[in-house]
Amino acid sequence: MRHWYMLTLVGNDRPGIVARVTSALFSAGGNLGEASMMRLGGNFTIMLMVQFEGERPALEAAVAPVAEALGLHIHLDAIEGQLHEQMEPDVRITVYGADRAGIVARVTGALAEAGLHILDLESDVGGSDDAPFYLLHIEGHAANGVEALQTALDQVARADGVEVRLRTIETLVG
Amino acid sequence: MALEILKYPDERLKTLSEPVTLFDQALRDFVRELEQTMRAGPGGVGIAAPQVGRFQRIVLVDCSVTRKPVPNHGYLVLINPEVTQWEGMEVGREGCMSVPDYTGNVIRAERIHLVAQDLDGNTQEFDCEGFEARAVQHEMDHLDGLLFLDRLVSRRNDLFRRKVYQTQAKNTPAQD
Repeated sequence: MRHWYMLTLVGNDRPGIVARVTSALFSAGGNLGEASMMRLGGNFTIMLMVQFEGERPALEAAVAPVAEALGLHIHLDAIEGQLHEQMEPDVRITVYGADRAGIVARVTGALAEAGLHILDLESDVGGSDDAPFYLLHIEGHAANGVEALQTALDQVARADGVEVRLRTIETLVG
Repeated sequence: MALEILKYPDERLKTLSEPVTLFDQALRDFVRELEQTMRAGPGGVGIAAPQVGRFQRIVLVDCSVTRKPVPNHGYLVLINPEVTQWEGMEVGREGCMSVPDYTGNVIRAERIHLVAQDLDGNTQEFDCEGFEARAVQHEMDHLDGLLFLDRLVSRRNDLFRRKVYQTQAKNTPAQD
Protein backbone atom coordinates (compact mmCIF):
# COMPACT_ATOMS: atom_id res chain seq x y z
CA MET A 1 0.00 0.00 0.00
CA ARG A 2 1.44 3.38 -1.01
CA HIS A 3 0.79 6.24 1.42
CA TRP A 4 1.27 9.95 1.05
CA TYR A 5 3.46 11.63 3.64
CA MET A 6 4.26 15.27 4.33
CA LEU A 7 7.98 15.68 4.83
CA THR A 8 9.22 18.91 6.39
CA LEU A 9 12.94 19.71 6.48
CA VAL A 10 14.50 22.89 7.85
CA GLY A 11 18.10 23.86 8.38
CA ASN A 12 20.88 26.28 7.51
CA ASP A 13 20.87 26.94 3.80
CA ARG A 14 23.65 25.63 1.60
CA PRO A 15 23.87 24.58 -2.04
CA GLY A 16 22.79 21.03 -2.93
CA ILE A 17 20.11 20.40 -0.29
CA VAL A 18 17.29 19.70 -2.75
CA ALA A 19 19.42 17.44 -4.92
CA ARG A 20 20.65 15.33 -2.01
CA VAL A 21 17.28 15.02 -0.28
CA THR A 22 15.37 14.11 -3.43
CA SER A 23 18.09 11.71 -4.50
CA ALA A 24 17.79 9.86 -1.16
CA LEU A 25 14.00 9.72 -1.56
CA PHE A 26 14.30 8.44 -5.13
CA SER A 27 16.78 5.72 -4.07
CA ALA A 28 14.32 4.60 -1.39
CA GLY A 29 11.53 4.26 -3.97
CA GLY A 30 9.70 7.45 -2.95
CA ASN A 31 7.52 9.33 -5.41
CA LEU A 32 7.40 13.12 -5.09
CA GLY A 33 4.24 15.23 -5.28
CA GLU A 34 3.55 18.90 -4.68
CA ALA A 35 6.19 20.85 -2.82
CA SER A 36 7.11 24.24 -1.47
CA MET A 37 10.81 24.84 -0.98
CA MET A 38 12.36 28.19 -0.22
CA ARG A 39 15.03 30.08 1.63
CA LEU A 40 13.73 31.96 4.69
CA GLY A 41 16.08 33.93 6.90
CA GLY A 42 19.18 32.01 5.86
CA ASN A 43 17.43 28.69 6.40
CA PHE A 44 16.25 26.40 3.69
CA THR A 45 12.74 25.06 4.20
CA ILE A 46 11.18 22.11 2.44
CA MET A 47 7.58 20.96 2.61
CA LEU A 48 7.20 18.04 0.31
CA MET A 49 4.55 15.42 -0.45
CA VAL A 50 6.16 12.02 -0.73
CA GLN A 51 4.39 8.83 -1.74
CA PHE A 52 6.04 5.81 -0.22
CA GLU A 53 5.46 2.08 -0.05
CA GLY A 54 5.85 1.35 3.62
CA GLU A 55 5.45 2.82 7.04
CA ARG A 56 6.70 6.07 8.49
CA PRO A 57 9.83 4.70 10.25
CA ALA A 58 11.12 3.25 6.98
CA LEU A 59 10.73 6.56 5.16
CA GLU A 60 12.27 8.45 8.04
CA ALA A 61 15.23 6.07 7.98
CA ALA A 62 15.70 6.76 4.28
CA VAL A 63 15.90 10.53 4.82
CA ALA A 64 17.68 10.59 8.20
CA PRO A 65 21.28 10.07 6.99
CA VAL A 66 21.15 12.90 4.44
CA ALA A 67 19.25 15.17 6.85
CA GLU A 68 21.86 14.57 9.50
CA ALA A 69 24.71 15.17 7.08
CA LEU A 70 23.13 18.49 6.02
CA GLY A 71 22.05 19.53 9.51
CA LEU A 72 18.32 19.53 8.68
CA HIS A 73 15.50 18.98 11.16
CA ILE A 74 12.97 16.39 10.00
CA HIS A 75 9.27 16.29 10.58
CA LEU A 76 7.26 13.56 8.90
CA ASP A 77 3.50 12.87 8.95
CA ALA A 78 1.25 10.46 7.12
CA ILE A 79 -1.43 12.59 5.44
CA GLU A 80 -4.95 11.99 4.20
CA GLY A 81 -4.54 14.13 1.12
CA GLN A 82 -3.36 13.25 -2.32
CA LEU A 83 -2.60 14.93 -5.64
CA HIS A 84 -5.13 16.92 -7.67
CA GLU A 85 -6.87 18.48 -4.71
CA GLN A 86 -5.90 22.07 -5.52
CA MET A 87 -8.54 24.75 -5.10
CA GLU A 88 -8.65 27.47 -7.72
CA PRO A 89 -7.94 30.92 -6.28
CA ASP A 90 -10.36 33.60 -7.45
CA VAL A 91 -8.71 36.57 -5.80
CA ARG A 92 -5.16 37.93 -5.48
CA ILE A 93 -4.33 40.42 -2.73
CA THR A 94 -1.19 42.45 -2.15
CA VAL A 95 -0.71 44.45 1.04
CA TYR A 96 2.40 46.44 1.81
CA GLY A 97 3.45 49.22 4.08
CA ALA A 98 5.75 50.30 6.88
CA ASP A 99 6.34 47.29 9.12
CA ARG A 100 4.17 47.51 12.25
CA ALA A 101 3.50 44.98 14.99
CA GLY A 102 0.34 42.97 14.35
CA ILE A 103 -0.13 43.97 10.74
CA VAL A 104 -0.43 40.38 9.45
CA ALA A 105 -2.88 39.46 12.20
CA ARG A 106 -5.05 42.48 11.46
CA VAL A 107 -5.03 42.01 7.69
CA THR A 108 -5.65 38.27 7.72
CA GLY A 109 -8.13 38.58 10.59
CA ALA A 110 -10.21 41.10 8.67
CA LEU A 111 -9.99 39.01 5.51
CA ALA A 112 -10.93 35.78 7.29
CA GLU A 113 -13.99 37.46 8.76
CA ALA A 114 -14.92 38.65 5.27
CA GLY A 115 -14.83 35.09 3.96
CA LEU A 116 -11.29 34.70 2.55
CA HIS A 117 -9.89 31.20 2.38
CA ILE A 118 -6.11 31.64 1.98
CA LEU A 119 -4.64 29.13 -0.45
CA ASP A 120 -1.19 30.63 -0.78
CA LEU A 121 0.61 33.34 1.16
CA GLU A 122 4.05 34.80 0.74
CA SER A 123 5.36 37.57 2.90
CA ASP A 124 8.62 39.40 3.09
CA VAL A 125 10.30 42.23 4.91
CA GLY A 126 12.23 44.74 2.84
CA GLY A 127 13.75 48.14 3.45
CA SER A 128 16.40 48.90 6.03
CA ASP A 129 16.68 47.88 9.68
CA ASP A 130 15.51 51.27 10.90
CA ALA A 131 12.76 51.61 8.27
CA PRO A 132 11.51 48.15 7.35
CA PHE A 133 8.46 47.56 5.19
CA TYR A 134 6.29 44.48 5.14
CA LEU A 135 4.79 42.90 2.07
CA LEU A 136 2.06 40.27 1.92
CA HIS A 137 1.02 38.49 -1.22
CA ILE A 138 -2.03 36.28 -0.94
CA GLU A 139 -4.02 34.13 -3.34
CA GLY A 140 -7.28 32.76 -2.07
CA HIS A 141 -10.91 31.91 -2.48
CA ALA A 142 -13.50 34.57 -1.67
CA ALA A 143 -16.32 32.56 -0.13
CA ASN A 144 -18.51 35.65 0.39
CA GLY A 145 -17.55 37.48 -2.78
CA VAL A 146 -14.83 40.03 -3.42
CA GLU A 147 -16.82 43.11 -2.34
CA ALA A 148 -16.70 41.94 1.28
CA LEU A 149 -12.93 41.50 1.01
CA GLN A 150 -12.44 44.90 -0.58
CA THR A 151 -14.43 46.56 2.21
CA ALA A 152 -12.37 44.75 4.85
CA LEU A 153 -9.12 45.69 3.11
CA ASP A 154 -10.10 49.34 2.75
CA GLN A 155 -10.76 49.50 6.50
CA VAL A 156 -7.35 47.98 7.29
CA ALA A 157 -5.70 50.29 4.77
CA ARG A 158 -7.16 53.34 6.49
CA ALA A 159 -6.44 52.12 10.02
CA ASP A 160 -2.89 50.93 9.36
CA GLY A 161 -1.82 53.22 6.55
CA VAL A 162 -0.90 50.32 4.26
CA GLU A 163 -1.26 50.00 0.51
CA VAL A 164 -3.72 47.31 -0.55
CA ARG A 165 -4.55 45.89 -3.90
CA LEU A 166 -7.20 43.30 -4.65
CA ARG A 167 -7.59 41.77 -8.07
CA THR A 168 -10.02 39.09 -9.09
CA ILE A 169 -8.64 36.08 -10.89
CA GLU A 170 -10.65 34.87 -13.85
CA THR A 171 -8.82 31.74 -14.92
CA LEU A 172 -8.66 31.45 -18.68
CA VAL A 173 -9.19 27.98 -20.11
CA GLY A 174 -8.12 27.73 -23.71
CA MET B 1 -19.18 16.06 -32.60
CA ALA B 2 -16.36 17.04 -30.27
CA LEU B 3 -12.89 16.09 -31.47
CA GLU B 4 -10.29 14.44 -29.26
CA ILE B 5 -8.01 16.93 -27.49
CA LEU B 6 -4.27 16.21 -27.37
CA LYS B 7 -3.04 16.38 -23.82
CA TYR B 8 0.43 17.29 -22.63
CA PRO B 9 2.94 15.54 -22.43
CA ASP B 10 1.87 14.56 -25.95
CA GLU B 11 4.85 15.79 -28.00
CA ARG B 12 2.62 16.71 -30.96
CA LEU B 13 1.56 19.83 -29.04
CA LYS B 14 5.09 21.12 -29.70
CA THR B 15 4.53 21.07 -33.47
CA LEU B 16 4.85 24.26 -35.52
CA SER B 17 1.60 24.67 -37.48
CA GLU B 18 1.41 25.51 -41.18
CA PRO B 19 -0.51 28.43 -42.71
CA VAL B 20 -3.94 27.71 -44.22
CA THR B 21 -3.88 28.13 -48.00
CA LEU B 22 -7.14 26.49 -49.05
CA PHE B 23 -10.35 28.24 -47.96
CA ASP B 24 -12.73 25.49 -48.96
CA GLN B 25 -15.70 23.51 -47.59
CA ALA B 26 -13.32 21.12 -45.79
CA LEU B 27 -11.95 24.08 -43.83
CA ARG B 28 -15.48 25.23 -42.90
CA ASP B 29 -16.42 21.69 -41.83
CA PHE B 30 -13.32 21.40 -39.69
CA VAL B 31 -13.88 24.79 -38.04
CA ARG B 32 -17.45 23.75 -37.17
CA GLU B 33 -16.13 20.63 -35.44
CA LEU B 34 -13.41 22.63 -33.72
CA GLU B 35 -16.04 25.07 -32.43
CA GLN B 36 -18.11 22.20 -31.05
CA THR B 37 -15.00 20.89 -29.33
CA MET B 38 -14.27 24.29 -27.77
CA ARG B 39 -17.83 24.61 -26.50
CA ALA B 40 -17.87 21.04 -25.15
CA GLY B 41 -14.97 21.79 -22.77
CA PRO B 42 -16.01 23.26 -19.43
CA GLY B 43 -15.35 27.01 -19.38
CA GLY B 44 -13.39 26.95 -22.63
CA VAL B 45 -13.06 30.39 -24.26
CA GLY B 46 -10.72 29.35 -27.04
CA ILE B 47 -9.16 26.52 -28.99
CA ALA B 48 -6.42 26.12 -31.57
CA ALA B 49 -6.37 23.53 -34.37
CA PRO B 50 -3.17 21.81 -33.16
CA GLN B 51 -4.96 20.95 -29.90
CA VAL B 52 -6.97 18.41 -31.90
CA GLY B 53 -3.97 17.24 -33.92
CA ARG B 54 -4.52 19.43 -37.01
CA PHE B 55 -1.37 21.47 -37.47
CA GLN B 56 -2.78 24.46 -39.30
CA ARG B 57 -2.86 28.09 -38.20
CA ILE B 58 -6.50 28.22 -37.07
CA VAL B 59 -7.66 29.73 -33.77
CA LEU B 60 -11.16 30.13 -32.36
CA VAL B 61 -11.97 32.45 -29.47
CA ASP B 62 -15.26 33.33 -27.81
CA CYS B 63 -15.05 35.52 -24.71
CA SER B 64 -18.77 36.33 -24.68
CA VAL B 65 -19.31 33.34 -22.40
CA THR B 66 -17.24 34.30 -19.34
CA ARG B 67 -18.71 34.24 -15.83
CA LYS B 68 -17.99 37.94 -15.43
CA PRO B 69 -18.58 39.89 -18.68
CA VAL B 70 -15.42 41.18 -20.39
CA PRO B 71 -14.93 43.35 -23.50
CA ASN B 72 -15.10 40.97 -26.46
CA HIS B 73 -15.82 40.57 -30.17
CA GLY B 74 -18.04 37.51 -29.73
CA TYR B 75 -17.14 34.38 -31.65
CA LEU B 76 -13.90 34.89 -33.59
CA VAL B 77 -12.61 32.59 -36.31
CA LEU B 78 -8.96 33.56 -36.85
CA ILE B 79 -7.16 31.97 -39.77
CA ASN B 80 -3.41 32.67 -40.13
CA PRO B 81 -3.55 35.24 -37.32
CA GLU B 82 -0.71 37.67 -36.70
CA VAL B 83 -0.31 40.08 -33.80
CA THR B 84 1.03 43.32 -35.26
CA GLN B 85 1.03 45.50 -32.13
CA TRP B 86 1.36 44.83 -28.40
CA GLU B 87 0.81 47.15 -25.46
CA GLY B 88 1.03 46.75 -21.69
CA MET B 89 1.68 43.64 -19.62
CA GLU B 90 -0.52 41.87 -17.15
CA VAL B 91 -0.34 38.72 -15.04
CA GLY B 92 -3.31 36.40 -15.31
CA ARG B 93 -4.14 32.85 -14.44
CA GLU B 94 -4.43 30.34 -17.25
CA GLY B 95 -5.39 26.76 -17.73
CA CYS B 96 -5.72 24.74 -20.90
CA MET B 97 -7.80 21.86 -22.21
CA SER B 98 -4.49 20.31 -23.28
CA VAL B 99 -3.01 20.66 -19.77
CA PRO B 100 -5.66 19.20 -17.45
CA ASP B 101 -5.72 19.84 -13.72
CA TYR B 102 -3.14 22.59 -13.62
CA THR B 103 -3.36 26.37 -13.74
CA GLY B 104 -0.63 28.97 -13.43
CA ASN B 105 0.21 32.64 -13.77
CA VAL B 106 1.32 33.97 -17.14
CA ILE B 107 2.26 37.47 -18.33
CA ARG B 108 0.53 38.60 -21.52
CA ALA B 109 0.15 41.86 -23.40
CA GLU B 110 -2.92 43.80 -22.24
CA ARG B 111 -3.85 45.09 -25.66
CA ILE B 112 -3.08 43.68 -29.10
CA HIS B 113 -3.81 44.56 -32.68
CA LEU B 114 -4.56 41.50 -34.71
CA VAL B 115 -4.64 40.72 -38.42
CA ALA B 116 -6.25 37.45 -39.50
CA GLN B 117 -8.22 35.91 -42.33
CA ASP B 118 -11.79 34.73 -42.12
CA LEU B 119 -13.24 31.48 -43.50
CA ASP B 120 -13.37 32.99 -47.01
CA GLY B 121 -9.77 34.19 -46.87
CA ASN B 122 -10.70 37.86 -46.39
CA THR B 123 -8.34 39.87 -44.23
CA GLN B 124 -9.80 41.32 -41.05
CA GLU B 125 -8.34 43.31 -38.19
CA PHE B 126 -9.22 43.46 -34.50
CA ASP B 127 -8.16 45.38 -31.43
CA CYS B 128 -8.43 43.11 -28.41
CA GLU B 129 -7.87 43.94 -24.76
CA GLY B 130 -7.69 42.22 -21.39
CA PHE B 131 -9.12 38.75 -21.14
CA GLU B 132 -9.87 38.45 -24.85
CA ALA B 133 -6.36 39.59 -25.76
CA ARG B 134 -5.04 36.97 -23.33
CA ALA B 135 -7.19 34.26 -24.90
CA VAL B 136 -5.98 35.13 -28.42
CA GLN B 137 -2.32 35.10 -27.30
CA HIS B 138 -2.80 31.79 -25.46
CA GLU B 139 -4.36 30.15 -28.53
CA MET B 140 -1.86 31.63 -30.98
CA ASP B 141 0.96 30.17 -28.88
CA HIS B 142 -0.40 26.70 -29.73
CA LEU B 143 0.28 27.45 -33.43
CA ASP B 144 3.97 27.83 -32.57
CA GLY B 145 4.08 24.73 -30.38
CA LEU B 146 4.03 26.73 -27.15
CA LEU B 147 1.93 25.99 -24.07
CA PHE B 148 1.24 28.36 -21.18
CA LEU B 149 3.65 26.11 -19.27
CA ASP B 150 6.39 27.71 -21.39
CA ARG B 151 5.48 31.14 -20.02
CA LEU B 152 4.78 30.51 -16.31
CA VAL B 153 5.90 33.10 -13.81
CA SER B 154 6.00 32.84 -10.05
CA ARG B 155 3.89 35.17 -7.94
CA ARG B 156 7.07 36.98 -7.03
CA ASN B 157 7.11 38.25 -10.58
CA ASP B 158 3.69 39.83 -10.26
CA LEU B 159 3.82 43.38 -11.55
CA PHE B 160 2.49 44.87 -8.34
CA ARG B 161 4.88 47.80 -8.71
CA ARG B 162 2.75 49.08 -11.57
CA LYS B 163 0.32 50.37 -8.96
CA VAL B 164 3.05 52.63 -7.60
CA TYR B 165 3.78 53.96 -11.07
CA GLN B 166 0.11 54.60 -11.70
CA THR B 167 -0.31 56.38 -8.37
CA GLN B 168 2.69 58.55 -9.15
CA ALA B 169 1.37 59.26 -12.61
CA LYS B 170 -1.98 60.32 -11.19
CA ASN B 171 -0.38 62.64 -8.67
CA THR B 172 2.03 64.19 -11.13
CA PRO B 173 0.74 67.25 -13.01
CA ALA B 174 0.65 66.82 -16.76
CA GLN B 175 3.86 67.98 -18.40
CA ASP B 176 2.48 69.10 -21.74
